[in-house]
Amino acid sequence: MLHIYCPHCAETREEEEFRPKGEAHIARPVEPEATSDEDWGNYLFFRKNPRGLHHELWYHAAGCRKFFNVTRDTVSYQIHETYKVGQKPSVTADKGAAK
Amino acid sequence: MSEIAQMDLNPRGAVKSESPLAMTRVNVVLAASARDAGVVVREKPFLGHLVLRGRAEDEAFRAGVERVLGLALPLALGPVARDEARGVSLQWMSPDEWLIVVPAGLEFDAEAALRRELTGHYAVMNTSGGQTVLELTGPKVRELLMKCTPYDVHPRAFPVGKGVSSVFAKSSAVIRRVDEERWELVIRRSFADYLYRWILDAAEEFGVFVAAGDASHSTSRAAVRELAAEAR
Amino acid sequence: MSQQNRLGTGGRIDRSRPLRFSFNGQTLEGFAGDTLASALLANGVDVVGRSFKYSRPRGIVAAGAEEPNAIVQLGATEAGQVPNVRATQQALYGGLVAASTNGWPNVDRDLLGVIGSVGGRMMPPGFYYKTFMAPASLWPKYEKYIRKAAGLGRTPKEKDPDIYDHINRHCDVLVIGAGPAGLAAALAAGRSGARVIVCDEQDEMGGSLLDARELVDGRPASAWVASVLAELATLPEVLVLPRTTANGYHDHNFVTLHERRTEHLADLAPSINGRRQVRARMHRVRAGEVILATGTHERPLVFANNDVPGSMVAGAVSTYIRRYAVVPGRRLVLSTANDHAYRAALDWADAGREVVAIVDAREHPEGDLVNEARARNIRIIPGSAVIEANGKKRVTGAQVARIDIGGFKVAGRVETLSCDTIASSGGYSPVVHLAAHTGARPEWRDDILGFVPGKVPGMTPVGGVHGKSAIAEALADGAAAGVAAAQRTGFKVEAPALPKVAKVREGKAAALYQVPHVKPAMRAPKQFVDPQNDVTAAGIELATREGFESIEHVKRYTGMGFGTDQGKLGNINGMAIAARCLKQTIPQTGTTVFRPNYTPITFGAIAGRHCREFFDPRRFTALHAWHVEHGAKFEEVGQWMRPWYFPRGNETMHEAVQRECRAVREGVGILDASTLGKIEIQGKDAREFLNRIYTNAWTKLDVGKCRYGLMCKDDGMVMDDGVTACIGDNHFHMTTTTGGAAAVLDWMELWHQTEWPELEVYFNSVTDHWAAMAINGPNARKLLAELTDDIDLARDNFKFMDMREGTVAGVPARVYRISFTGELSYEINVQANHALHVWKALFEKGEKYGLTPYGTETMHVLRAEKGFIIVGQETDGSMTPEDLGMQWCVGYKKPFSWIGRRALTRPDTKREDRKQLVGLKPLDPQLVLDEGAQIVLEKEIRIPMPMVGHVTSSYYSPNLGHSFALAVVKGGSQRIGQTVYLPMADGRVHAAEVVSPVFLDAEGARQNV
Ligand SMILES: [Zn+2]
Repeated sequence: MLHIYCPHCAETREEEEFRPKGEAHIARPVEPEATSDEDWGNYLFFRKNPRGLHHELWYHAAGCRKFFNVTRDTVSYQIHETYKVGQKPSVTADKGAAK
Repeated sequence: MSEIAQMDLNPRGAVKSESPLAMTRVNVVLAASARDAGVVVREKPFLGHLVLRGRAEDEAFRAGVERVLGLALPLALGPVARDEARGVSLQWMSPDEWLIVVPAGLEFDAEAALRRELTGHYAVMNTSGGQTVLELTGPKVRELLMKCTPYDVHPRAFPVGKGVSSVFAKSSAVIRRVDEERWELVIRRSFADYLYRWILDAAEEFGVFVAAGDASHSTSRAAVRELAAEAR
Repeated sequence: MSQQNRLGTGGRIDRSRPLRFSFNGQTLEGFAGDTLASALLANGVDVVGRSFKYSRPRGIVAAGAEEPNAIVQLGATEAGQVPNVRATQQALYGGLVAASTNGWPNVDRDLLGVIGSVGGRMMPPGFYYKTFMAPASLWPKYEKYIRKAAGLGRTPKEKDPDIYDHINRHCDVLVIGAGPAGLAAALAAGRSGARVIVCDEQDEMGGSLLDARELVDGRPASAWVASVLAELATLPEVLVLPRTTANGYHDHNFVTLHERRTEHLADLAPSINGRRQVRARMHRVRAGEVILATGTHERPLVFANNDVPGSMVAGAVSTYIRRYAVVPGRRLVLSTANDHAYRAALDWADAGREVVAIVDAREHPEGDLVNEARARNIRIIPGSAVIEANGKKRVTGAQVARIDIGGFKVAGRVETLSCDTIASSGGYSPVVHLAAHTGARPEWRDDILGFVPGKVPGMTPVGGVHGKSAIAEALADGAAAGVAAAQRTGFKVEAPALPKVAKVREGKAAALYQVPHVKPAMRAPKQFVDPQNDVTAAGIELATREGFESIEHVKRYTGMGFGTDQGKLGNINGMAIAARCLKQTIPQTGTTVFRPNYTPITFGAIAGRHCREFFDPRRFTALHAWHVEHGAKFEEVGQWMRPWYFPRGNETMHEAVQRECRAVREGVGILDASTLGKIEIQGKDAREFLNRIYTNAWTKLDVGKCRYGLMCKDDGMVMDDGVTACIGDNHFHMTTTTGGAAAVLDWMELWHQTEWPELEVYFNSVTDHWAAMAINGPNARKLLAELTDDIDLARDNFKFMDMREGTVAGVPARVYRISFTGELSYEINVQANHALHVWKALFEKGEKYGLTPYGTETMHVLRAEKGFIIVGQETDGSMTPEDLGMQWCVGYKKPFSWIGRRALTRPDTKREDRKQLVGLKPLDPQLVLDEGAQIVLEKEIRIPMPMVGHVTSSYYSPNLGHSFALAVVKGGSQRIGQTVYLPMADGRVHAAEVVSPVFLDAEGARQNV
């Protein structure tokens, strides 16, 4: 049972209020018809599934009904930050988790 | 035809209307009176419910809403703007969504007034048939709510005036704290029977009393007009 | 039998309240304040069960949650049966009925005991895997026998009349365990004004203080406990929960507490003032800070026949004497590797019974307690240990010898001491279970010879679990942690003044786990490591010799720490033995981790109130009461209760559906369509949004017009469908499938919020706001005409796929001329509060037209006759619009590459042999094919053979006069006219002709009248 800060409600809420929606920052190719079959397949089907830091899309289903991003450690389940759609994470695997 | 369809959905003649709880049967042991009960449940049926969408950062939008409703638009989760005397409340639901509750039958007038005052990108949607309000009063309401929602209802996290929406039993509800021992739930019609019976069942150990609800009534256009006049 | 082992004075029991209870059919007496275990010991009951695998007689070993043997079945009534109750944790009440869980036919005379005594060598670890697995066909027989022999308790056969509950709690500081450290922490944090919960699994709070020899501020420790509890009771933000086990510790300091509210009172929960009381409550606690004060479990020494009744852990002996005034024997031999356990001998002597000897593994025991024993002339045998117990159903003697711990061998001659009780202590293992639930690996500490909890964010271990068992140390540790936890959650408080407790000087403990025997472990009498699972030292040795090197594998191979035990008593001993065999250290060997639940909890507490009528929400339409009154049978669609059919008199379902189908095609029928998802869409970009989310085009749809739309996921597969009406230029009313409503709204929000925030459009669910009534059939227009005077129903003024606003039966309505049946149809939508009035008015006027209510089954038949799909029935997430033959609904020319478009040109979605929607006409016109039946191309059935599709919908049609089906078949559109075959499980093979999926009125004449 995660405890998740919704950046729209500005409160930390119980996991029951949210729905996970998979990997974050999966942008739809801007020109789908000009995208190769392989690239389109990658966009549709291929995900990172890392061990460690992961950026995920979550939905505050029982609250504000807004989507937002969560940077979560898939091993410890620690949530490093949550941020709105359109924003960039400040904690990434490259930069390392702020301890 | 216009860009937006507006329609008064209340009947002109006398029609027997039914709240979402009209069909619900109570099957718990009830307290003998409100005074014997830790929790008193009362439905506030037939109120006008409108969903307002728009841009909080648009000053004209905020001003327009305030002109129509006489309430400042709340800009974050927290206190529900409320005028008890006129029976109007305005609750932040999301950065671009608010719940407006007005007295029974006034939803069309309220929508029309908003549409007169507002410009740009906004929306007003009538959900009066899809929702109802339950009022819960009594010294045990907080404990009852703890059995229903994972949201923290302690006064430090949920002061008087606040409103949130959260999980409620296996459904969801808008939860508003009106007073120290008075709370409101805004619930969806199709889940109303489940939630109402759940609440009574959970409250049974505290002693629960159902205050005279008015789950079915005859609306007539004339009566609504009177209400509307009163409100002005 | 009187309470032969009860002392005349002392203890925390209430001698003025004697309680009768029954154990294995025998009536016994104890006192209020007893546990079932202390009452059994008071009555001299030695054998409380039989062991799991070898069926050896077993007695009570411990006094708390770590008890492995005294697992009983509780319940005076059938409905009140509870399995797996530890007698050490069950408070005694008058009328309690308990029975041994293990033992067949009974504990004293056990049939399997005979096998067990022979079977020592027959049943090594992995025995079940090795012996019973083949042939697999016999496994059910084996299992039945093993289960009966193992006796894992049983569930009640009658319905549980009790109620259970969940409650959500939030606190700043959660203190788990109310011994010295926990109470000090709760007091410190509580005084700060922080919201504090302190729970303890026992009936009485105080933990080790309740049987401490030490004085606290010059008074018995229990007096200090009482004063702290009294103060906590005055603090409004502090919640004290006795009889409450923290059973699971989850992410981000979410802890579940299992509170037993009435199980100390009676078999079933009593009522108060006629109100049913909650039997067990699960507190779902979100804590800012967790203070883990779970203490330690004492480790018994692993010596030969250490499971003979009368063999106990030393601390339990002290607890029974001091707390319950029960001396569980006459003559004691204590075998220890530390000073702390000397208390058992001192308490025993205080009770006036004989201590035969203290056998200490250390050469030079030195400390306050050792000195006290010496001063009382108790014989101390240094450098030695009990290597074997004598006796079968009760200890009769202890074989003692000098041992060489480092060399792991017996180093002297064996002396037999006559005794009836052997207390042993190998040390104290911190109770790390809860911390391990979070995934934190326990860490070994050489100084305390035990694993302590790994790091958990927001958790502080205190007291025994933190390696600080001495009372003064534990108090200070707890108080400091309480202050710090309060501070971290925003509350300031001074550390509480702590009471004075004399420090007991203790010598260093020796690291002794398994005691060497004169024979090698494999040939010595059994040395039990985990008595509950019958795991022996030899078994672990064998496992390591068979190549199991990971402690997790050893655990699984031997069964050590399995089940309800979760390794409380034996895990560290087992790991130490594995480490010795593998010639490595204990930290190198590591420990297994523990899972919830810490101790067993009932399903009632897990389910809480979410059962019976509240198991899942049931959603009702505004017309539900009418449907009930008119005898509808209901079908659950998602959470909705939808009328399935409306039987008249004694009609069968088939008869009712046939009648309803004819009524719609010949007269007029009415369907409650309120459950369809409805989404209101407003904004100047509403059309553009619809263009992107639907497969077809919306740019030119006029106000007052409706259009059917298909939605795909971006992989090109159909996800939902429905009719959307343009009710204003920037205003649309979308309908979705009943089950898909919430998912479609989320889907639209997803795209709007993450990809196209620039589009000016808002959506909102209005599913519940509108009630929808569909009238269908040749008489629909005539019926509607009787109830409206402001809608022009003339054929050419209100066309198929038009929408009109007006009044129906005096209620403002939107009427959509749309049809899912292929008949002349109107869908009347009104505000739900007014729906019943309109529905009843329709029936008043409809009688003369034969207006017939119909349900989902008839709706399914009628739409299938027309070849209309149901998403989720004809589709399964792998059907494209083209697979469904719905190219007409795909706008390839729309400028924006709408969701799903690109995927439709992938090679896989272009394959010609994809499964495609077809109709099937069984060659036997009365035969209704099974939905889901597999389709093959050849009549001769051989296995394997290629499956080319399956039946998705199948009915008998009174309108067609024959059965029919919809199916998806590979390359189906090229197979029209072919015969396909459907092999059934019973050997029959049905045949059907592939036909067009539209069976009725392909040109749509019926709905265009
Ligand atoms: Zn939110």
